[in-house]
Amino acid sequence: MVMAIRWGSYKTGPFYDELIAGRNKARPAADALCQYLRSLSDGELLDYKLAATTAIQVMGITFTVYSEEEGSIDRAWPFDIIPRIIHKQEWTEIEKGLKQRVKALNMFINDLYNEQHVIKDNIIPESILTQSKNYLPECRGIQPPHGVWAHICGSDLVRDHHGTVYVLEDNLRVPSGVSYMLENRHVMKRVFPELFGKYNILPVDDYPSDLYNMLCELSPRQIEQPEIVVLTPGIYNSAYFEHAYLAQQMGAELVVGTDLVVDENDKVFMRTVAGLAQVDVIYRRIDDAFIDPEAFREDSMLGVPGLLRAWKAGNVALANAPGAGVADDKVVYAFVPDIIRYYLNEEPLLPNVPTYKCINKEERDYVIDNIADMVVKPANESGGYGMLIGPHATKAERDKFVRLIRRDPRNYVAQPMLLLSTAPTLIDTKAEARHLDLRPFILSGSKITVTTGGLTRVAMRKGSTVVNSSQGGGSKDTWIVDSEV
Amino acid sequence: MLSRVANHIYWMARYLERAENTARLIQVNTHLLLDLPKSVTLGWEPIIDILSFRDTFYEQYETADEKSVIRFMVTDTSNPSSIINTLAMARENARIVREIIPSEAWELINNLHAQAKNDGQSVLTRRHRFDCLSRVITGNQTITGLVGGTMNRDQAYAFLRLGRHLERTDMTTRIIDVRSASLIPGLSEDHTAFENIQWMGVLKSLTAYQMYRQEMRLRIKREDILNFLLKKETFPRSLSHGLSQLEKCLKELPNPKAVQTRIANVRNELSNLDTSELKQDVLHDVIDDIQLGLLTIHDAINETYF
Repeated sequence: MVMAIRWGSYKTGPFYDELIAGRNKARPAADALCQYLRSLSDGELLDYKLAATTAIQVMGITFTVYSEEEGSIDRAWPFDIIPRIIHKQEWTEIEKGLKQRVKALNMFINDLYNEQHVIKDNIIPESILTQSKNYLPECRGIQPPHGVWAHICGSDLVRDHHGTVYVLEDNLRVPSGVSYMLENRHVMKRVFPELFGKYNILPVDDYPSDLYNMLCELSPRQIEQPEIVVLTPGIYNSAYFEHAYLAQQMGAELVVGTDLVVDENDKVFMRTVAGLAQVDVIYRRIDDAFIDPEAFREDSMLGVPGLLRAWKAGNVALANAPGAGVADDKVVYAFVPDIIRYYLNEEPLLPNVPTYKCINKEERDYVIDNIADMVVKPANESGGYGMLIGPHATKAERDKFVRLIRRDPRNYVAQPMLLLSTAPTLIDTKAEARHLDLRPFILSGSKITVTTGGLTRVAMRKGSTVVNSSQGGGSKDTWIVDSEV
Repeated sequence: MLSRVANHIYWMARYLERAENTARLIQVNTHLLLDLPKSVTLGWEPIIDILSFRDTFYEQYETADEKSVIRFMVTDTSNPSSIINTLAMARENARIVREIIPSEAWELINNLHAQAKNDGQSVLTRRHRFDCLSRVITGNQTITGLVGGTMNRDQAYAFLRLGRHLERTDMTTRIIDVRSASLIPGLSEDHTAFENIQWMGVLKSLTAYQMYRQEMRLRIKREDILNFLLKKETFPRSLSHGLSQLEKCLKELPNPKAVQTRIANVRNELSNLDTSELKQDVLHDVIDDIQLGLLTIHDAINETYF
């Protein structure tokens, strides 16, 4: 039999590897997995890989890519069959840190739209607010239920070469990826049922019911079965698969803007075959700017005219609340440790990646002098767009970013290039180290819940650290394993 | 349920049913061809006529030979009713309502479309055609079985069945019309023996042959066949059965009045029909009226619900 994966020749380089501790030595939680993989022949590995690909095709797990020659097309979800394993003990600590962080962030957002103590007490400069693209003055004075604005948050975690886990960013607008976390597990169960016997893997299936319960709590009408809808931009959105998936899993209606109408009493209705039906809670997956042409962008074809006034009148709940994105700003990110200390009077449990704010002259000069070693990020982009990765960039690209930073310092932050952790990833029939991150999802209502693990995204190209699926990233199932049972 | 969603479910079902019926049609024509004598020039043109795409066809093809018609009806993306296009449309509609239909149904539809795409080349050869088209037919049958066995009997299911049965009655009447009129043009005395084969072809297009035999216990006769296909309540692809199914669906939907009236009109027309009296040219007119009636049913559904 041909042995496919020889861990002796697996190279971790200067990075922390999630499964392999050193030459031929698996981390304790990954030992059984590594032994199992070593026992497989090339042919068997390819069979498993094919089985996973087939499962993904048959289950129709796709994501949409824009602007290729054919317009927008559906691509099969890229998936690596080697799971990423995190021990439950470590995960429990991470979970605590995430809850702490999101709790503070929600208090921060609520404060910004109400008393603004955080500015009066000089914790953050007022200019951050006045120049924020995501701050919505229309939302001043609103007090949503539980003081929660960001009901669903996706925070990206990375691990450096020392093994320390950092928060890289918080996505508080319309974070996506959770459906892939759920589907990755389904694929793994189809393909590797025997592995699930060797481990005590904590389940991830609770998410849709947690989400549903959280959304129900938000209903302004106290009725048995509030009408909950998922508002999607439509089938050409890159995350449409997820919108449909979550609606299906929750038994909620999946609606587009034209399905909804706001009447003169500021109530929201959907058009049904039997006439109009009132809507109580909208899990919206449309950005603020497009959500209501009456209040924001007039040219939006996706939104619902009058939605903001219905929300302000308290007749409908929106998750996430409009304006929550004010904290989803890479400059605000730099202040999060201070925000946690200020609101909770606690030390942050999860560290931030050291971040230079270009708005401060000293830090800006440092960034410009060391741009070749920096990752420069615009304050309000997502999906990895508009970034400079200094060490991989050409001189012309670096110069362009120096100019951009000088022109609009508020819009940029920079971080030292982190040596992201890796995990063995199947390339043909060999396991090679590839960089990855982790996006857990945090739900906030009357209580805060965190997904068990999250979505592990992996950069499939050798040496690359870009994990976004729109830019050639793949994914892995994430196992939180408990050895005590 | 949302009007938009109801609309997509309705069309998903229509397109699936259309793909299956088109596959049946081609399947049977291919077989018929093998049974007929060389001197009988059985055309492929009626197949195009059944779906009223004569003009679209001749814009792109010179003659209605086997190869061109198969390509046009199965794999040509410029023909809105080619199997590949109807399956693509079924899939698009299913994709939009995938949170409503059982996820296994979405998997099957997705798979059926992918398979038809893969079969694009081999379906053109006679040797592989049977298998390729069978996959389309059994594919839709499987989907029908799956939704029947797993979907709640709610409004979504009612709209799905509305779409399926309206499309099926539409296809049944089209097949009767074109098949009976021009299947074998200019049949001479020597060839009357082949009239049977021709009528068996009509039955087989609708998988009605065996059921006809069981039900009617008669030799193949034009008027009995027409009676069976149009008026027999027991046969699930007959016009009469289709209308009954539409009526049943409407009982589960709000404000059914307008649609019910239109169905009653078609039913009237059908019951006034005496198939033994029916000559070819009259048959064509009657079927034309029925087709218009079906169209008004669709319009009423559209107006009331979507």
